[in-house]
This record gives sequence, structure tokens and C-alpha cells, in this order.
Amino acid sequence: MVSALTVPVVDEAAVRAALADVADPEIPAISIVDLGIVERFDVAEDVIRVELLPTFVGCPALDAIAAAVEERLAGFGRPVEVRFGFSVPWTTDRITERGRRHLAKSGFAPPGDDTCPYCGSADVLTDNLFGPTQCRSTRYCRSCRQPFEAFKLV
Amino acid sequence: MTDSLAPDLVPATRNALSLLLLSMADDEFVIGFSDSEWTGIAPMLEEDVAMSSIAQDELGHAQALYRLLAEVVDDGRDADAIAYDRPVEGYYHARLLDHPRGDWADTIARRYLYDTADGIRLDALAESSFAPLRELVAKIRREERYHLMHVSAWLERLASARGEPRERLLLALDRLAPDAGTVLSPLPNDLSLVMAGIIDSSFDELDARWRVEVGRVFERLGLSMVLPVADPLTARTNHSDAFRWLHGEFTAVRREQPGATW
Repeated sequence: MVSALTVPVVDEAAVRAALADVADPEIPAISIVDLGIVERFDVAEDVIRVELLPTFVGCPALDAIAAAVEERLAGFGRPVEVRFGFSVPWTTDRITERGRRHLAKSGFAPPGDDTCPYCGSADVLTDNLFGPTQCRSTRYCRSCRQPFEAFKLV
Repeated sequence: MTDSLAPDLVPATRNALSLLLLSMADDEFVIGFSDSEWTGIAPMLEEDVAMSSIAQDELGHAQALYRLLAEVVDDGRDADAIAYDRPVEGYYHARLLDHPRGDWADTIARRYLYDTADGIRLDALAESSFAPLRELVAKIRREERYHLMHVSAWLERLASARGEPRERLLLALDRLAPDAGTVLSPLPNDLSLVMAGIIDSSFDELDARWRVEVGRVFERLGLSMVLPVADPLTARTNHSDAFRWLHGEFTAVRREQPGATW
């Protein structure tokens, strides 16, 4: 017995809230909404369309992100279309304030922040412009002697 | 798909656009694959990470360019089919990228010569009338900036060192110099791309810009290099045995398991 009451409300607010539940697969501390990669979404009668912006052109996590979005929105009971586009370039300016806080809390220096996310010291070396994923570089704090990663400024 | 992508182009301009996209995609694919060969064996851990990340960026750019090309050509092939299913003779990358990986100095010299030329090519596409390319280039340029910072630092380091590092760099530049001009050698009918506003200048002009930029850096570093102008007829053909080997490597999985997906 499926009651009409169990069908979730499908409106913009509900979809936006659901998208905010989807974590970035490479840095789970930040949601795709706070990361700023949700360019737009559209809730139509027969479909939910989501347009995302890749952080890096060749980001290997894109398929995983699309699958996670589809899975999270599946409960709304209508087809979900996710596509990636370059209509505007994603830049690190698109990361929200909350996103920056979440990055710092999990040990990633937010883009453009040259201090150590652990102790706040500015005595920091860029160890490598490049890091374990395309969007990260590696640094070292000389105060607390902690290596850490920073989000690349793009 | 084609109609929505480049509706107003006459066939000759569309062909020129296809060759532009193919040349850029093959350049990024070949240098990306070549540099990925350093993964695990680079001279130090930081460079292992850096070169692998750069190679990953380049392969990503190649994939996006092949996808765009597939839509423009619209002949039923997808990006993977274009990337992997051609014989050696069908590849259209610059001969500069035909040289084997060599030592670290070869890799740095090749990357420097390529990245500077590619940067000038990307700058010339920043205001392209072909929107999908303009949008993609806007994104690619933000990533290439890091590659250029990285390779410039290495060029400087090798050139400024006494003894073996500088000697190896000079030898590498000697080996690559004859083919350095192939990246910006004029493509067939490139003037039609200028007329259509797809690129802002002819390749002859881009090549001249590149020579000024590289010349300034070489002069500062005391590297006197003659970089001959490449013959456009052979700049992207007659690939080397080193590329033949690389082609065997990067098509191996595709040949063994046609249609395989990850």
C-alpha cells in the first residue's frame, strides 16, 4: 500500500537541499553545492536536469559525482539528467564561505589561504604545486611541522 | 549535433576547424601520454607527483578536445575511437612530440618548447567565435598556467646550474631544436579560421610571437638556440619510430579488449 503521502515534494528547495547532501568524492568534507560546481538545475514536470561544472577539465571523479547526484535525486520519482559543461569556467571563487570553513577544518588550506590549517601559522612552504589530485597542491608548515594540502587557486 | 555546433561554416572552414581541433587534441594526448611514463620513476617523489598530475591534466584536455572534434566531424566516431583507433600515420601531433621521453632534461626542454607554443595558441583562441572551443579554452588556460610555472622553474634551474645539468639541457635543446617550430607551423587553410574569427591570428603570426617570447627567456639564461622554421608539409606527419612504439603502448588495451570500459 503506497500512500500518496510517501511521495516526496518535488520543488526547487527540496532538490537544492538534496544536492547539498552530495559530497565531493575526493574531498568528502565539502558538498558539491559548497564547492560551487552546481551551475544550475531545473525541476520540470517529467525530468530534473542538473548542470555541473568540472573543477578541472580532466577530473576523473566526474562520473562518480554524476552517479551520486542521480542516486540522491532518484527518490523524487522522476528521471534525472546530469550533464557537465564549460558554459562558465569553474573557479575557486565559487567555493562558498561554509565550504572554505569545511575545507580548513579537515586539513585542506582553502584556495588563496597561505596559512596552516592546523596551527594558523604563516610560516608555510609550498612543497609542490601539484598534489594527489589535480585540484590540490602540497605544503609544509614549519611551525607545527605538519605537511598538508591546499586547494589550488584557479 | 553538427548543426547546432558550427552552423554557419562552409565546408572548407569546417575542415580547417577539424584539423585545428585534431592537432590540439593529438598534441595534448601525445605529450600527456609521454609524460605519464615518468610515473613511478621520476628523479624525485615531488616530480613523480607533479609530472603525473600534469600528464593527467593534458589527457583530460585531449579528451575534451576529442569530444568536441567528434561533434564537429559527426561521423559516428566517439572521442575514444578517435583517440585510439587510428594507425600511426593518422596522428596529427607536432613532430616536436615525436621525440622519445629521454632523460629529465629532454622532458623539461620538450615541455618548455611545447607549453610556450601551446600557451600562445590558447591565447589566440580566447575570443574565438566558436563558442564551445572558447569556453573550453577558458578552462584549459587556467590549468596550463601551472604547467608553465612548473616547467619554467625547471628550465631556469637546469640552465643556471653549472656542469652536468646545464650540459644535459643544452644537448636536449640541440636534439629538439630542429622540430621546435612544428607546434605553430601553419595548418592547411588556417587563414579561413582567422576570417571566421575562430582564431585571432594566422599561425605565421603566432609562430613569430612564440619566437619573441622564447628568445627573451633563452637570452636571459644564456641559451643561444637556433630554432628553424618548420616545413608545414611535414610538421605533423612522418612520425618517428619512438612514436610508433608509444602508439603500440597506448593502443594496447584497446586492441586486446575492443570496447572495454573501466
